[in-house]
Amino acid sequence: MRKRLYNVGAILKGLSITFGFMFRKRPTIEYPSVKKQHAPRFHGLHELRRYEDGKERCIGCELCSSACPANAITVIGAENAPGDRRSPGERYAARYEIDELRCIFCGMCEEACPTDAIVLTPRFEMSDLRRGSLIYSKERLLVPPEAGVGRAPDERPGGIPGDLGRVAEIKSTMDVAQGYSATWRGNILKTQRKGLTMIEPSRENGA
Amino acid sequence: MTAFWVLSVILIASAIWTISARKPVYSVVALLLNFAALAATYLTLSAEFLAVMQIIVYSGAILVLFVFVIALLSSGVAPFAAGPNRLPKAITPAIFVVLAAFGFLYYALKSVTAASIGAAGQAVAPIGAVGTADVFGSVADFGRALFTVWLLPFEVTALILMVAVIGVVLLAGDRAPYVATPRRARQVEREMREAILRGGE
Amino acid sequence: MIPFWAVVLIKSALLLFVVVTTFAYAMLVERKVLGWMQLRPGPNRVGPWGLMQPAADAAKLILKEDLTPKTADPLIYRLAPFISLLTAFSVYAVIPFGASADQGTWAIGNPNAGILFVLAIASIGIYGISLGGWASGSKYPLLGSVRATAQMISYELAMSLSFVGVLILAGTTSLDGIVNAQARWWFVLPQFVGCVIYVITAVAETNRAPFDLVEAETELVAGFHTEYSGLRFGLFFIAEYVNMLTVSCIATLLFFGGWNAPFGLAMVPGVVWFVLKVACFMFFYMWLRATLPRLRYDRLMAFGWKVLLPVATLNLVVTAIIVAYKG
Ligand code: SF4
Ligand code: SF4
Repeated sequence: MRKRLYNVGAILKGLSITFGFMFRKRPTIEYPSVKKQHAPRFHGLHELRRYEDGKERCIGCELCSSACPANAITVIGAENAPGDRRSPGERYAARYEIDELRCIFCGMCEEACPTDAIVLTPRFEMSDLRRGSLIYSKERLLVPPEAGVGRAPDERPGGIPGDLGRVAEIKSTMDVAQGYSATWRGNILKTQRKGLTMIEPSRENGA
Repeated sequence: MTAFWVLSVILIASAIWTISARKPVYSVVALLLNFAALAATYLTLSAEFLAVMQIIVYSGAILVLFVFVIALLSSGVAPFAAGPNRLPKAITPAIFVVLAAFGFLYYALKSVTAASIGAAGQAVAPIGAVGTADVFGSVADFGRALFTVWLLPFEVTALILMVAVIGVVLLAGDRAPYVATPRRARQVEREMREAILRGGE
Repeated sequence: MIPFWAVVLIKSALLLFVVVTTFAYAMLVERKVLGWMQLRPGPNRVGPWGLMQPAADAAKLILKEDLTPKTADPLIYRLAPFISLLTAFSVYAVIPFGASADQGTWAIGNPNAGILFVLAIASIGIYGISLGGWASGSKYPLLGSVRATAQMISYELAMSLSFVGVLILAGTTSLDGIVNAQARWWFVLPQFVGCVIYVITAVAETNRAPFDLVEAETELVAGFHTEYSGLRFGLFFIAEYVNMLTVSCIATLLFFGGWNAPFGLAMVPGVVWFVLKVACFMFFYMWLRATLPRLRYDRLMAFGWKVLLPVATLNLVVTAIIVAYKG
């Protein structure tokens, strides 16, 4: 009987917790209409960058391709023609493809590249209806010359089709100055749970 | 009177469906219809309480148990095949029974006084108008009759049902607690040890 | 003077409209409340504040394919949702939303055995679930319906017993009379135990969380309505919500004074109070669902038979003794 009474207490406690949650701030980001501002070094869609003079940085060395743990990159290099130099080096990438469906967004390609040609941008909206169109060709990866240096392919003038809504003024949960922190997700959860007595402090600090 | 005829047809048809259905669940549905029609018949006799009780007790409790058992036992079982035609053999006793039943009915109706028939007959009224308190068939009226005039039969019935319930509990009750208490457990252990020491199996 | 049948017809049509609309928005509110309690916004895509969500749901359910499994029993499979729906709605024939006047009653009918009528109809409602589960011809619905049957029979007993205390105090079985008897004291005070038992059994009767063993998705997929799709599933869904609404109405009528205003705030019409009280109950339901985990089946049955039933009986006996001693 004592145990049963205790259970009633537990039920009441549970009810009070759920009731309190009704008035708590909800962390939901209503995605298509509101977009989260990702950290500057978020691992998203790739881009192939150029030098200031418009030359491609990529020299077709295939280091990214061999570094890629997911075998997502295909590079076929070719000699630069004397009259029409694509890159400052001897060679350039005649074909450069990334299968974004294979890619695990690890950034190894970025690390491997000797010329900082391939980089990952914070762009994350790349869903498509066909698998084929998720194999990004060089044309789609390369920063267009008229877009200027360092601007992502899908930020070219006019935007990309299907880009919905505005980018919200949502403060990132991560301190941008600190750079990427692998525990930012954990931080969100902790912020949500703050004030709940259920979490013992040792766990909160220990992990 | 129209209501009576319609309900009688439903009653008889559903009763026939109950016994002739090849799937047990269809029988239950037919019986449900039958009970509903019976309750409606009670209502036309302004026996409101009886009608409601008919539904609560028979449709709501007893028949639900039928469904429970039938659903458990007959799921996936093919409907009963048509058996041998027993009508030729059964027809003579059937006629005899029907005649006897009608005989009793006739005898019973003859002994009822004309006044009481009139009282029941004029009580036919729509549902909305039934049910002011202290009227024939109302809850109050029914309760008064049950606990004054018919108190003894009522209590005896309750006792009989109680006996049935106790019987069920005894028959189907807890068989498990062979080692329920620590004392009993120790006793069982001792018996086993002694049996082993004696060199049995 | 409008003829009797026309009055009934108009009242029924109005009531049907009111109940269906309430159902639709109760569903929306439930999803909202559940969302808030789980730190989500709830549906908010269709219309402002998600207000068109019920219409979207209805359109979706209507447009979906209505499947009948090959192993199903076609007649009963099709019949079952209608039994559920019919019983769910017909209870409203006797539920008074406000005080009766000389001109007529709020309820369609006001039978003397009102509360018994409600019980009777509620006890038939289970056929929709048990027959539907059986007729689906597959194992999860069957298990769901068998559970439903056992659960509802068990809890109906305690529920009826919790009514009887109120009936003894009110001295009548008509819902009108019961509410009028609460003009001074709501029965929740003298019948607190009965009220608690009623609320618990009501949750079990409507197969709602934490007693929703009937459609326990962790073990039974979707329970008795696993095979149902489209509009037929929708009918079961409506029936469940309307039943929720019904038990909330009954709780209001029996224990919380019906349309009687609290604290003498009589300038607000009784109907408003009634609706408010029912709304509180509906909220309580949603709150429970957001909070409590599902019971284990054997514990559910044990709780019904070994705790609720004895306590309800005791409550009845004590009430009867006190009333007999005083009166
Ligand atoms: S991010 Fe990683 S997986 Fe993706 S292409 Fe670069 S190396 Fe391969
Ligand atoms: S992107 Fe970099 S690593 Fe890859 S082929 Fe071009 S230069 Fe080499």
